[in-house]
Amino acid sequence: MTNGEKQAVQEPEAAIELEGVVKVFGRQEVLKGIDLKIMAGKTTVIVGASGQGKSVILKHMLGLIRPDRGRVMVFGKDLAKIDKRELNALRMNFGVLFQNAALFDSMTVYDNVALPLRERTDKSEKEIADIVEGRLGLMDLQGSEDKHPAQLSGGMRKRVGLARALVLDPKVVFFDEPTTGLDAHKSNEIYRLFFETQKQLGYTAVIVSHDVPKIFKLSDYVALIADGKIQGCMSPEKFQLSDNPLIREYVETTMGPIYSSEKEEPGLYETV
Amino acid sequence: MVKVFEKIGDHTLYRLEMAGRMGLFLLRCTRCVLLPPYKIPAVLQQMHFIGSRSIFVIFFTGAFTGMVLGLQGYYTLAKFGSEGLLGSAVALSLIRELGPVLAALMVIGRAGSAICAEIGIMRNSEQIDALECMAIDPCKYLMAPKFIAAILSVPLLTFIFDVVGIWGGWLVGVKLLGVNSGAYFQGMYSSVVWQDVEMGVVKSLVFGLLIVWISSARGFFLHLEREGGFGAEGVSRTTTRAVVMASVTVLIWDYLISAIMM
Repeated sequence: MTNGEKQAVQEPEAAIELEGVVKVFGRQEVLKGIDLKIMAGKTTVIVGASGQGKSVILKHMLGLIRPDRGRVMVFGKDLAKIDKRELNALRMNFGVLFQNAALFDSMTVYDNVALPLRERTDKSEKEIADIVEGRLGLMDLQGSEDKHPAQLSGGMRKRVGLARALVLDPKVVFFDEPTTGLDAHKSNEIYRLFFETQKQLGYTAVIVSHDVPKIFKLSDYVALIADGKIQGCMSPEKFQLSDNPLIREYVETTMGPIYSSEKEEPGLYETV
Repeated sequence: MVKVFEKIGDHTLYRLEMAGRMGLFLLRCTRCVLLPPYKIPAVLQQMHFIGSRSIFVIFFTGAFTGMVLGLQGYYTLAKFGSEGLLGSAVALSLIRELGPVLAALMVIGRAGSAICAEIGIMRNSEQIDALECMAIDPCKYLMAPKFIAAILSVPLLTFIFDVVGIWGGWLVGVKLLGVNSGAYFQGMYSSVVWQDVEMGVVKSLVFGLLIVWISSARGFFLHLEREGGFGAEGVSRTTTRAVVMASVTVLIWDYLISAIMM
């Protein structure tokens, strides 16, 4: 795909829009009508208990799963109505950091990051080397070019995954539980890199995470999925004070009842 | 009673769905094989894995198959006083039947299982999803080189199997049991015709395609396995099934091709 084609994609206000998305696996209805807008240039975090379908939503946005009902619009295009070529053109604007980084085990760190450039662009090896070195430098991974994924720590693997996700200068980057399995120090490092790269590259971010409340600091919008539906998508401040009983229950479960009022739970703050 | 029918129907639908998926997968891979760009280095790498690395096992299987044929053939033919036909018996059995089938079964055990496990692990660890998200077609990038390599390698391995087997039969028949060497080869030259070689070539080409198709498709659709394809157990279960399915399919197609070409 040429740069001209890539630039031709117009970003409306909502980069991605899910309308009434229903998905059934076997006899289990995982998504029961998802309505969600991912605003361009912003960071939207999708939270929810395990098994609620957070990653399934992400896979719908990426076009890896087709909805049984409803539609998924990416940059104004309905994913169900475009052919493989158009879908691939849209995916050129995507970067994905998978839960386990999904690095190619048989390739070195360098080759992992260079793969999208080699396969999807006409760049020379020299140009590819410059870009890959730049991205690895941004992720503090200099000197690890010749290592294989199995030789890296969990945090390093995530950083290589992030370098690969950003190598084509994507407009939207998806993060599937970016800090799962990492200690607090490594998690902070991933968040710092996310914060810096987003500031530098200005991409739209969709993050599926369990890391509440830390992830709220990085988000513009927080959406909760529960009972197969999006219970609300709002700023982190509004989310924490929401009246929706499911959001309130989630906030209290994950953050403790620190947002309940003195009136609701008298004496609580005296004992804390 | 209704539940029994429900289960049968459910199982039939699942099988049909899987068969359809595998059929479409074959079409998709065939398209990727035929359309450029062709990844020659990747094809050579796969030929090294499927072909070169199988030579050792093919050599030994071929040698011992030919030796057993020489031994059994000699004592059977000796009953009719036709030991001189040993060369043609060994060559025809190997070229038309045993060479393609046993070489294919060896490739299934050595390379087919590895292909299924490799693709299955890539599916489980989201590497195939990652390729799709990078707008890289996994069929073009991963499967096409394997398809070309298998279709080219299996006939070549079959040739090796046949030649080694014929010399194995010669070793036992001529050197150990005293059949005349000239009679062994003359019998072979006079009885083996191009049609026999053609049958062997067609079989090995078809078997090469069947092996790579079944092995890679089972790995590719690992996540859709009803009993759960996830984890190490899922990969091992699916690999076993791929090996069994490929072996049985090869034997069925062996009969069909023989029936058509005879």
